[in-house]
Amino acid sequence: MKKRHSGDKVINFIIKVCGYSSILFVTLILLFLLREGLPALANVSLKNLFGTTWYPIEEYFGILPLILGTLLVTIGATLIALPFGVGTAVYLSEIAPKWIRNIFKPIIEILAGIPSVVLGFVGILVVVPFLRQFLNLPTGLTAFTGAILLGLIAIPTIVSIAEDALNNVPPAFRQAALALGATRWETTWGVTVPAAKNGILTAVMLGVGRALGETMAVMMVTGNAPVMPLKWNSLFAPVRTMTATIASEMGEVATGSAHYQVLFFIGIILFLISLAVNIAASSVSTRQRKRAERILS
Amino acid sequence: MRRSRFLILFSFACAFFIGLASACTAGNDTTADSATTTQSTSYIENKGSDTIVNLALAWAEAYQTVDPNVSISVTGGGSGTGITALVNKTVDIANASRQIKPEELAAAQAAGLNPQEFVIARDAIAVIVNPENPVDELTLEQLSQIYSGEINNWSELGGEDRPIVRLSRETNSGTHVYFLEAVVRLGNSDDTTIFSSDTLLLPSSEGIIAEVRDNPNAIGYDGLGYVTSEVKLVAISSLEMPDNYVLPSAATVSDNSYVISRSLYMYTQDVPTGVVKEYLDWILSPEAQQIATDLGFVPVE
Repeated sequence: MKKRHSGDKVINFIIKVCGYSSILFVTLILLFLLREGLPALANVSLKNLFGTTWYPIEEYFGILPLILGTLLVTIGATLIALPFGVGTAVYLSEIAPKWIRNIFKPIIEILAGIPSVVLGFVGILVVVPFLRQFLNLPTGLTAFTGAILLGLIAIPTIVSIAEDALNNVPPAFRQAALALGATRWETTWGVTVPAAKNGILTAVMLGVGRALGETMAVMMVTGNAPVMPLKWNSLFAPVRTMTATIASEMGEVATGSAHYQVLFFIGIILFLISLAVNIAASSVSTRQRKRAERILS
Repeated sequence: MRRSRFLILFSFACAFFIGLASACTAGNDTTADSATTTQSTSYIENKGSDTIVNLALAWAEAYQTVDPNVSISVTGGGSGTGITALVNKTVDIANASRQIKPEELAAAQAAGLNPQEFVIARDAIAVIVNPENPVDELTLEQLSQIYSGEINNWSELGGEDRPIVRLSRETNSGTHVYFLEAVVRLGNSDDTTIFSSDTLLLPSSEGIIAEVRDNPNAIGYDGLGYVTSEVKLVAISSLEMPDNYVLPSAATVSDNSYVISRSLYMYTQDVPTGVVKEYLDWILSPEAQQIATDLGFVPVE
């Protein structure tokens, strides 16, 4: 009896260590980022760092075009992924017969597992030439091309989580709506989707987070030109994202140089943006939980 | 119970001693082998410039027939990547399409190295456009104006009314740095012109060839060894003789009439010895230089 108790203690301890270690790792990564990146503020003038020219081999470290490039591609991807992702989730959860759902959902989850490099190849060989000819652009390597590929990457995440949220809406909601004489369409858009609204928002936020950190596919199709995307047609012109910059330049920079510190500084900014997205996503989902508790009480 | 535990311990001990013994003999074997140069395999790690990677692979492959006991692994990544790896002592030979920078040399010396430079071939940088593009010759000055953003339409160069899409390698490429200094700045070291910010920086040579092949608006540059027949070479004239347009080839690089050409380098950690020295000596032999010629590079004497 006593022996078993001590066994419990050991396992308890191991689980505790596992739990704390994940917090520890995140903290250590953050500290490392800060240690390597913050000296950039001291070694590079703020005017240079928040300038509009990025050409690191001549000490031009303006990160604004990179931040705006990432935002442009991510917002574009969200606008593409949102209707397709939510639409698919509603179809699977509310309209599709069970056997179709049983086939489609695993297929969509496999889509999430396609390596982004493969999507990048498809992008270069199919999407890039097609967009250039179809839209009569100077080049097909544009922010829009990147947004399409990132949309494809974000859709499986959105579908999967939004569909779970729709399934979690109590059947009584739908039954009540139908009993009151609402059509199936009115029930879906007037009752079920609004009831799962917060879960769907969480799904979109997580999809955005997925798109934000994506590197390889974006590097292959956006052209990587560090321009300020401020013109009306910037979505259809090349841009350079923060992730592509870090990936293509980190390999060759001398450790401890100003360029190295600025690349880590970009990492800090990327970390902060994705932290903000994650906090937004989790605050939405906790609000949902509180509301559910209120209804139940 | 106790006996089985003893048996396990005993078998572990046996395994340990057998392992130790074989490790010792293995150690003896290799030292004996390298002394008599029979049957042992030596490894050479070779990394760097993407311009050189195809050539280095061809050399590594051909060297198997010269000395089958030497195994050479070749990777690309860019000149800067190769030299950084040399400084970190993870490679024996770094390939570079530019000379080592003073700060890289300082870092290498700080790490206790004494890098040695070898010119292993020469290379022409070809300027390429889509075969549909009617423009087939440019002066060096026009090329500089295109890449610095002063000329933005092919009609200014006698072509069709199309926007110019400028393509370049990423900034960690030795080809990029060479092109900046020799073409965009016309070799003038006081010049601070940089590439127009809307220049597309593509991560690979293949990416540049693919975009030029598909896009009639594009202009790009790349090592002559990478250029395929699906794109069109542009004849370039020098600053001194602006009317004399020359296409890149081994002959025009050798007689210095094609202006955008440069030396290609290999760097070793220190004065080379053993297999690394033998390999570098072989690279400079006529047999290996013929391989360079076959791949579109220009041999060194």
